[in-house]
Amino acid sequence: MRSRPDNGAAPRPPFEAAFGRVILEPDRPEPDFVVGPRGKAASRRFDVYRNNVTHSLVTALEEIFPAVALILGERNFRMIARDFVRASPPRSRLVFEYGEGFAAHLAGFDPIRHLAYLPDVARLERAWLDAYHAADEAPLSPGAVGALSPEALASAHFTPHPAMRLIRSDYAVHTIFVAHRTGPMPERIDAGIAESVLVTRPALQVELRHVQPGEAVFLLALRDGATLQEAAECAVLGNPSFDLAGAIGLLLSSGAFSACQPATHSED
Amino acid sequence: MSTKIAFSAAYIAGTVAAALSAGTLATTTAAQAQEKEKCYGVSMAGKNDCAAGPGTTCAGTSKVDYQGNAWTYVDSGTCTTMELPGDRMGSLEPLERDMPS
Repeated sequence: MRSRPDNGAAPRPPFEAAFGRVILEPDRPEPDFVVGPRGKAASRRFDVYRNNVTHSLVTALEEIFPAVALILGERNFRMIARDFVRASPPRSRLVFEYGEGFAAHLAGFDPIRHLAYLPDVARLERAWLDAYHAADEAPLSPGAVGALSPEALASAHFTPHPAMRLIRSDYAVHTIFVAHRTGPMPERIDAGIAESVLVTRPALQVELRHVQPGEAVFLLALRDGATLQEAAECAVLGNPSFDLAGAIGLLLSSGAFSACQPATHSED
Repeated sequence: MSTKIAFSAAYIAGTVAAALSAGTLATTTAAQAQEKEKCYGVSMAGKNDCAAGPGTTCAGTSKVDYQGNAWTYVDSGTCTTMELPGDRMGSLEPLERDMPS
C-alpha cells in the first residue's frame, strides 16, 4: 500500500502505550490507572471496551474480505479473524487499510489448509480495496501512445496507475470472486483452474479482468520498468500462445497505466 | 502471427496502430468520462453495501463478539460448492470466462 501523509505513527504517550499493550489480550489485567468511579476496580468495564475493540476490528475484516467470509461462513470467519486481530493489530490509523497479512494468516491456519484457493481470494479482495482507495489519476490516453514514433514505441516505458494491482493464482480466484461478490453463484466451481486477475480503477469503479498468463507477465514486466518490446519478449518466452494484440488492447484500455515515456537515449 | 517468437519494433508499432484505430477505445473513454460526470461526489451509485470497506460508512460496534476458543469446523459457507484437483472426478464443467476484449 502506498503511504499516505497522515499514516505515520506518532510517538505514543505512556498512557496510550500501556492501554494499547493489553487492549487485544483478554488474559491480561487492565492498566493500574484504569479505575471506575470513586476508585473502584474497572475490570469488567475494561473488558467491555476490550471486546468492542476486538469486535469492531473483526467486523472491519469481514467488510474487507466479504467473499472469504461467505466461503468460510460467518462463525468460522469471525473466529479466524479474531485470532488474526490479536496477532496482527492494525498499523495504520485508517481502518480500510487493514488486513495486509490476512492472506498469509489464512495460509498458515491448519484446519482450512484444504481450501488452498482461500489465501489468493483474500489477496484479491485486499487488492480490490487498495484500488478503490488509491489516488485518482487519469488513465493512459491513447493519444499519448499514438504520438510516439514506431521506434520510440518499442522502447517506451509505462507508468503504472496508482490503482493497478495484478494477482496471479494457481486457482480460479476470478471466478470465485465474481461468484461471491456480484453473483450469480454457479452450482459448482472448479477451483483448480489457474487464473490471473488485473485490478484497475480508471474512473470511479474498480474493474476486474481475468487475463491470460502471458498478458499477466507482460503487464507485470511493464509495471516493473521493462520497455514495450522487452515486456512482449518476456511474455512470449513462457507463453508461446501469447497474443500481443490482446495485450496491447489491455495496455490501452484497462487503465492499468497512466503515462508513457520514450526511452532515454543512453540505452541505445 | 501466432507462431512469432520475437517482436520487431515495426510489428509492435503496427499492433499498437491497429489497436488505436479500432473504434472500441473511443467509446470506452467516452463512457468513462460520462460515468465520472454522472457520479462524481456520489459514493458508488447503486452500491449501498459497504463497498468502500470499513471506516467509511458502516461501523456498528456494539454487538458481543464470539467468545469460543476451540476451532470447530462447520461447513456453513460456500466452500462446499468448490472443487479442487483430487476430488473433481467427472465434474469438470465449462467455465464462463470473462475475457477482456
